[in-house]
Amino acid sequence: MSVELLTLAFERPPIDWHAFAPEITLLCVGALVTLVDIVFLERARPYTAALAGLGVLATLIPILTLALDGADRTMFGGAYVVDDFALVTKAIFLLAGYVVILLSTNYVAEGDYWENEYYGLLLASLMGMVMMASSRDLISIFVALELLSIPAYLMVAWRKRDLRSNEAGLKYYLMGVFASAVMLYGMSLLFGVAGSTQLSHIADALVGAGPSVAVITMGIVFVVAGFAFKVSAAPFHTWAPDVYVGAPTPVTAFLAVASKAAGFVALLQLVYVGFYARPEVFEPLVWILAAVSMTVGNLIALRQTDLVRLMAYSGVAQTGFIIAPLAVAGHSGAIGDQALSAVVTYLAVYAAMNLGAFAVIITLARRSGSTEIGSFSGAFHYAPAMTVAMTIFFGSLAGIPPLGGWFAKFEVFRVLATAGEPWGYALAVIAAVNAVIALYYYAAVLLKMWAEDAPEGDHRPVPFTPSLTSALVICGGVTLLFGVVPQVVARFTDVSLLALGG
Amino acid sequence: MENLLDGWGLTVVTFSPLVGVALMLLIPRYQEDWHKLVALVTSLWVALVAVLLLIEFDIGHTDRLQFAVDRVWIDVISSHYSMGIDGMSLPLILLTVLIVPLCIVYSWNHFPEPHNPKAFLILILILETGMVGTFAAQDLVLFFVFFEVVLLPMFFMIAVWGGPNRRYASLKFFLFTLFGSALMLVSFLALFFLTGAESFVLTDLADAVASHGVSRTAQLWIFGGMFLGFGIKVPMFPFHTWLPDAHTEAPTVGSVILAAVLLKLGTYGFIRIAIPILPEAAVEWAPWIGLLAVIGIIYGALGCLAQTDMKRLIAFSSVAHMGFVMLGIATLTDFGINAAVMGMVAHGLITGMLFFLAGSMKERYHTLEISSLGGLLVQAPRMGWIFGLCAMASLGLPGLAGFWGEFPAILSAYSPANGVPVETFRTFMVIAAVGTVLAAGYLLWLLQRAAFGTPPDEFANDPHITDTSREEWIAWAPMLVLIVAIGVYPNLVFRLSDGAVDASLHQCLKVEASELTAEQAKALGCADVYEISVTDEHGVDEHAAVGG
Repeated sequence: MSVELLTLAFERPPIDWHAFAPEITLLCVGALVTLVDIVFLERARPYTAALAGLGVLATLIPILTLALDGADRTMFGGAYVVDDFALVTKAIFLLAGYVVILLSTNYVAEGDYWENEYYGLLLASLMGMVMMASSRDLISIFVALELLSIPAYLMVAWRKRDLRSNEAGLKYYLMGVFASAVMLYGMSLLFGVAGSTQLSHIADALVGAGPSVAVITMGIVFVVAGFAFKVSAAPFHTWAPDVYVGAPTPVTAFLAVASKAAGFVALLQLVYVGFYARPEVFEPLVWILAAVSMTVGNLIALRQTDLVRLMAYSGVAQTGFIIAPLAVAGHSGAIGDQALSAVVTYLAVYAAMNLGAFAVIITLARRSGSTEIGSFSGAFHYAPAMTVAMTIFFGSLAGIPPLGGWFAKFEVFRVLATAGEPWGYALAVIAAVNAVIALYYYAAVLLKMWAEDAPEGDHRPVPFTPSLTSALVICGGVTLLFGVVPQVVARFTDVSLLALGG
Repeated sequence: MENLLDGWGLTVVTFSPLVGVALMLLIPRYQEDWHKLVALVTSLWVALVAVLLLIEFDIGHTDRLQFAVDRVWIDVISSHYSMGIDGMSLPLILLTVLIVPLCIVYSWNHFPEPHNPKAFLILILILETGMVGTFAAQDLVLFFVFFEVVLLPMFFMIAVWGGPNRRYASLKFFLFTLFGSALMLVSFLALFFLTGAESFVLTDLADAVASHGVSRTAQLWIFGGMFLGFGIKVPMFPFHTWLPDAHTEAPTVGSVILAAVLLKLGTYGFIRIAIPILPEAAVEWAPWIGLLAVIGIIYGALGCLAQTDMKRLIAFSSVAHMGFVMLGIATLTDFGINAAVMGMVAHGLITGMLFFLAGSMKERYHTLEISSLGGLLVQAPRMGWIFGLCAMASLGLPGLAGFWGEFPAILSAYSPANGVPVETFRTFMVIAAVGTVLAAGYLLWLLQRAAFGTPPDEFANDPHITDTSREEWIAWAPMLVLIVAIGVYPNLVFRLSDGAVDASLHQCLKVEASELTAEQAKALGCADVYEISVTDEHGVDEHAAVGG
């Protein structure tokens, strides 16, 4: 009886299969990877990584067709949207995911870890990110967030015989759950004000809501703080260094790039579709997060002796840069648009240069087995190509033209200066000073690699593998291309979310 | 040919070195001869194209941008690939393309430790692209990119091939310069957005500033940001501290390029960007720039007198010489800026030569401690005489190039541009003149201790101390010839620079305030901008009192 009632009451919403094609492809690939292992057991192991990688690339095909089609598609009453923004960020996630698979190939196989489950989880997490890019509803955002986070908790603890990896997994899990809880509380407050979970409805409610300002402010602050954990913005960054060092390095790369980008994508959607009417709340919040992240991240990075830990703190500082344009985003519609494309541009460039830096770290660490900065000294003598690659990536992270990072930083400065507000200029100056501080530790690492002798005069060459080499070529090529012809990246990241207010 | 040069000449000059780099990347590291050959041929090819540009250059219109290219580069930020040269940039480009092949020839058989000619030459070629590009760029974003391109190669050149304290020196160089350029970039952006200019092309920005009237305070701040960026590169007192370290630790060729070209990127930035675009702020800043310039002159000279290391002494002399250049620029007059351009070229040639000599002496004596040197004229007479000539040129002996950089700069401070406090600058003039005496002091003292006398016992019978070698002759001869040629006939440079400098200065800066009536001043639009008290007969004096 009750079953019948339910069946009657449930009306299947119309589903646009084309819009869902990327998610479905990815799902099929994930299922396939798992099935292949169950059926073929050991025999399939060597091909798992390739299969996962090809699957991720295949997922780009429907994204391409959707982009060529060009129409914005809205589903479930506006809760799930496919627009330029979604497509561009999905493409960034998938390409980053592909590079992570390339980075993982040898690492996972040689470390004698569970391969097939690893790629299954990686694909699941990627699925969460791809969903995140389209979510315009608190519930779908939350589901996507959990889908991308839970596999990541497992992957962080993948080196299960290593205490630090276990510690990292547990720490990441506890922190992540705590952040989710804070965020859910904020979401519940917003739901209370708007009576709907859909971001566009929340936006309408925020415009009109006079008396409940305190509740709105708290809701926004909690939600933003929850995502600040995800993107490791200071002061919510404390999990990052331990987790980065404990996790298998390819997973670290995945967290530092893809997972962080997903957090930003969620933040952008929340700010632009949901909170845009309340710049007086989110702008100061973001301003503080940006200024503190840059400064704290950079200052602590100065004292690091482990390269992965350094990358963790540099990542915190980069987060400050990425988030900075949002501090003036509410100034006007035009600046909002510019800020949006500045953030997306930064995410694209950041993905390329950061993954590249991790690719070099993984390659060189394969030889020495250590990520201490000292173990990288003298790399120029036995691995000149790697050293040049690292120079490109670190130079780009520091923002030196003509490497990709300069354009990303330039866009940030441009948005901050365009707003023409004292606060914008102040943040620009803080960012400029921080760019110099950051240069110090990037340059110090490069200096060790170029100018010092290898520890114990060890000049064995570095073992190259095809997958790591191709990851390096992809990241290096993209970093240089974005720097010399920024028009390429700017054309794709000139996206807009504001049109979706309704 | 002519048309090809017109559209492509500058692009070829700028990017040919990168083609050489690409080629060298394909050649394995142990094929050292090939690397040297490719690098030399590339740099000679660049020099050849630059000479062709000089031949085609319309000397009658040095004020015009020639061989100009203007394409949209990054549409979203309205930045153009805009290149062009006029009489101000041409001498500096020629200097660059001359120095680079000479450096390659000089290092032919003695690459500093840890050797590796492939990487060393690749860095030199990347540097060449950055330097030429900076002098040719006519768009602020493009300028910024080229300005930064030189950073990394120079950083690595010091860090890898440098002396014992290279890590500290290279990082210091890197951090100082990047700090300046980060704030400079913020200034560029603020300028663009406050004026609402159409693009980052220099002429657009200058027009926009002139027509939209950016507020005075904003102009002052923007100029301040640029001042930091360019001033650190020059380097001006008190930002000079990176220079002695960088020079002392850098390999010989690195020092030469640093002294001959890299420092000029800063002064060039002032005369190409800061002053033409923001003349109003320049007038306000001029006394301060002048003050720091003369402090630099005196401080650099006193610093020289206190040095015990020859290379460090030459580095401090750079601070003093660049002080003269900046003093010329700070007068904001046609005369002073021409002197500055001349000063840049002369300093590039002379100090470049001095660093070459220091490198060669270091190779022979294995030390540059002045107290342990001596008797160079006895053991290596030709090199000793070259050293003498360069020291004379550096102290500003008439008839050699150095004189034409120093003397007009001092002279120009006698009557600075309209709006700039006269008495202050006359004081500067006197102080700067004292600086030349000090310069004669430290250079003659250096010459006396290093070249005269008898060789100290430890070197007396050292077979390594030989006279000038073939590579050294090839590398030095063109520079020596130019030092003399420019000294005898300074018009070689002045004829190129004069028209361009004149065109780059704001109309109001060029008029004598006392010669104007109120109506004339108004017609020029100067009255409110430069505070000319035209109705007052003693306008100049009064203004000077206010300004001083």
